Amino acid sequence: MTSTPKTGAFSHKNLERNVSLLGLCALGAVAIGGIVEIAPLFWIDSTVEKVEGVRPYTPLELTGRNIYIREGCYVCHSQMVRPFRDEVERYGPYSLAAESMYDHPFQWGSKRTGPDLARVGGRYSDEWHRAHLKDPRSVVPESIMPPYAFLAERPVKAGQMAGHLTALSRVGVPYSKDAIKEADADLMAQADPNADGAALQARYPKAQVRDFDGNPAKVTELDAVVAYLQMLGTLVDHQKAKPFEQPR
Amino acid sequence: MDILLTRVGVWFFVAVMAFAAMALGADMAYSVHMGIVCLAALIAMAASMHKFDFITGRFPVLSGPSVASHYDDDPIRWGAIATLFWGIAGFLVGLIIALQLAFPVLNFNLEFTTFGRLRPLHTSAVIFAFGGNALIATSFYVVQRTCRARLAFPGLARFVFWGYQLFIVLAATGYLMGVTEGKEYAEPEWYVDLWLTVVWVSYLAVFVGTIVKRKEPHIYVANWFYLSFIITVAMLHLVNNLSMPVSLFGSKSYSAFAGVQDALTQWWYGHNAVGFFLTAGFLAMMYYFVPKQAERPVYSYRLSIVHFWSLIFLYIWAGPHHLHYTALPDWAQTLGMVFSVVLWMPSWGGMINGLMTLNGAWDKIRTDPIIRMMVMALAFYGMSTFEGPMLSIKAVNSLSHYTDWTIGHVHSGALGWNGMITFACLYYLFPRLWNRERMYSLRMINWHFWLSTLGIVFYASAMWVSGIMQGLMWREYGADGYLVYSFAETVAAMFPMYLIRAFGGLLYLSGALVMVFNVWMTIAGKLRVEKPMTETPYNPEADRPFVAVPAE
Repeated sequence: MTSTPKTGAFSHKNLERNVSLLGLCALGAVAIGGIVEIAPLFWIDSTVEKVEGVRPYTPLELTGRNIYIREGCYVCHSQMVRPFRDEVERYGPYSLAAESMYDHPFQWGSKRTGPDLARVGGRYSDEWHRAHLKDPRSVVPESIMPPYAFLAERPVKAGQMAGHLTALSRVGVPYSKDAIKEADADLMAQADPNADGAALQARYPKAQVRDFDGNPAKVTELDAVVAYLQMLGTLVDHQKAKPFEQPR
Repeated sequence: MDILLTRVGVWFFVAVMAFAAMALGADMAYSVHMGIVCLAALIAMAASMHKFDFITGRFPVLSGPSVASHYDDDPIRWGAIATLFWGIAGFLVGLIIALQLAFPVLNFNLEFTTFGRLRPLHTSAVIFAFGGNALIATSFYVVQRTCRARLAFPGLARFVFWGYQLFIVLAATGYLMGVTEGKEYAEPEWYVDLWLTVVWVSYLAVFVGTIVKRKEPHIYVANWFYLSFIITVAMLHLVNNLSMPVSLFGSKSYSAFAGVQDALTQWWYGHNAVGFFLTAGFLAMMYYFVPKQAERPVYSYRLSIVHFWSLIFLYIWAGPHHLHYTALPDWAQTLGMVFSVVLWMPSWGGMINGLMTLNGAWDKIRTDPIIRMMVMALAFYGMSTFEGPMLSIKAVNSLSHYTDWTIGHVHSGALGWNGMITFACLYYLFPRLWNRERMYSLRMINWHFWLSTLGIVFYASAMWVSGIMQGLMWREYGADGYLVYSFAETVAAMFPMYLIRAFGGLLYLSGALVMVFNVWMTIAGKLRVEKPMTETPYNPEADRPFVAVPAE
C-alpha cells in the first residue's frame, strides 16, 4: 500500500489514485474505436455510391414506414439482401447502400423470423397483402406473424405530414419546399384512384397511385403500410444499375 | 423552510408543465407519458411536503437496521428489490413472447400484445430494468465499501434511483403504445432519452463524488469497471439517440443519421450496450463480490490492469460484426471482425481472474451455493465470449446471422452470465442489507441454481439446433439446382425447438420465483430449518467498517 512509485517511469498507480485521470483515460480509450470506424463513413464518398432512381419517400409511404417501425416489424424482418447466391435467388438483387440513404432510421434488421422485405415490392398483389396483414395464416398456414387487422379500421392522421417532412429535411432528406407544402394533399392523393397523380409523380418518380386497402371511402393505416411494402426495393432498376458498379 | 418551499415549488412547476404538455400533446402516447410525468412530480411534491423519505418512512422494512451499518444503504435496498421485481417482469414477458412464436394465437389479436411490441419490452426490461437496477444498486454498495466513504450527494442518489424507475416506466409503457425509435435496445423516444441523460449524469456525479471522498489511497479495480461503464454508456447513448423530433409536443422523432451511417452508429451502440452495460459493469460486480464470497484476494492485480484497458479499448471496435455482408463498406466489416476475434483474449482475462480467485477455496463450489452460482456465471461468461468471436468470423456469420443462433448466444450470455452473477450478488446482499444471519434457505439457492442452469441448457441447445438448421435450410440447393425450401417451410421446422426454448425459459423463471420467496422470507426475518450448507458468514466487523471521521 505504501510502496512508492518509481520516479520517472509510468506507474499505473498514478491512474489508480486520481479519478479524473482514470476517467479521462477510459474515455480516451473508448472514443478511439468510434472515431476511426464511424467518422470516416461520413466523408468517404464511396461509402454510399450514387445510384439512379433513389428518392425520398412519399408522404403515404413514409406514414406506412412509421407504422412498420411502430409495430416493431424490424424485430422479425430484415431489409438487407446479402450478396449470396441463395439470397439473391430467394429475395432479389442484393441491397445497395444508396437504397437506404434516406432511411431515418435504417431498418436493415438483425433477425429473420420472417423473410427479408428489402425487395418485397411488387412480389404480391395488394389483395394478398391485405389478407396477409389482417390474418397471416389465411394465406400462409405456417406463418407465426401476429395479425394486424386493426390497421384497416384506423384512418391515417391527416394534417401532420408537413411537420414530418420538415423534420426529415432538417436531417438531410432533400424534400423540396413544394413537397413540404403539398405533403398533406399528397398523402391523400396517393391512395385515391380518382385523384390527378401527375403532380405527385413529378415530385416522387415511380410513385404508385391507387387505392391500396380496397376501401375507397377512407385512407387507412392499411393503405399506408401496403403502399410502403409495395414500393420496397422497386426504385432502382438493377439492370440499368449494373454499369454503375465499380470494377474491383 | 425556504429550501422546503423551493423544493415543493419546483416539483409543482414540473407537474404544471407536464400537465400542459399533456393537454397539448399531438398524439395519445405522448399525452399518456406526460400524464405519468405529472403524476410522478406530484408524488415527489407530496414527499417533499412531508419532509421525510417517503418510502422508508412509510415502509420501515425497506430502511433496514440503521445501527449495523454506517453506509448509506437505503437506495441499495430499494435497488435490490427493484432488480428482482423487474427481473421477474422481464423473464415473464420473455416467456410470453417465446410462446407467441410457437403459438401465434397468443398475440391475442390486440395491437398492444403483438410480438413486435412485446419484444422490445422484454429486451429493455431485462437489460435496462433488471440489469440496470442491479448495476446501480451494486455500484452504490461497492463504491462506499471500497472507498470507506458514504455516498456523495445522498439526495441525488435517491433521485438517480427514482428517476431511473421513471425512465423504465416511460420506456415500457411507450413500447406497448408503439412509441419507438426503431433502433434495437435504443427504442425509447427523444424525450425519454433526454430524461435518461439527466439521470445518468446525476449517477456519474454521485459515483465520482463518492470516489473523490474516499479514505483509501487507491481506487479499487471494481470501480474502474463501473466508471468506464458509466462514462461509455453516456457517450453511446448521446450519440446514437441524436434525433430530430417532429414536434415538441409529439412522441415521434427521426434519427439524425440515415442508412449506412445510422446502421454502424446503431451497432456501435448496440454492441457496446453488451460490452459496457452487460460486460464491464457486471465484471465490476464480479471483482467485488467473488473475492468477498470466496474470502480470497483477486487472483492477479497485473491481469486486472491489462485486461481492463484492453477490454474497454477493443470492445468499441466490434460493432460492425452485426453488419457482415451488408451494404456497410467492406473495410469496416473486416476491422470489426478482427477486433471481435482479438476481444476474445481480454474477455477471458476477466474470466480467468475471476475463476482463479477461487484458488485455495475450490471446495466451496461443493458446499457454498452462492459460490457455485458465481462459478457458473463465469463459466457462461467464458463460453459466450468464445462463441461471440467465433460468430463474428464472416464465414460463420454468413450462416448464423439472422437466425436463432444469435438469440441463443445472447441468452447464454444474458441468462448465464448476467443473470447468474446478479442472483449471486443479490444473495450476498440481502442478509447484509437487512442484517440477517443468512438467507432464509441456502438449499433454495441451490434449487435456484439448478433450475436456472437446466433452463439455460434447454434454451441454448434448442437455439443452436434451430439456428443452424434454419441457416442450412435457407441455403440448401437440390440436385435440380433450385432452392429446396420455401421460407414458410423453414418456419414450420422451428416449432419443436420453440417449444423446448419456452420450456427452458419456464425453468429459468421458476428459479427466479423460488428466489423471490427466499428473499421475502429473509426480509421477514425467518430462517428455514434445513440440513446446513456452508455460507460465508456475515461479519459486519470484517466488512470494511466505516471509519467515522470527525467533522472537518
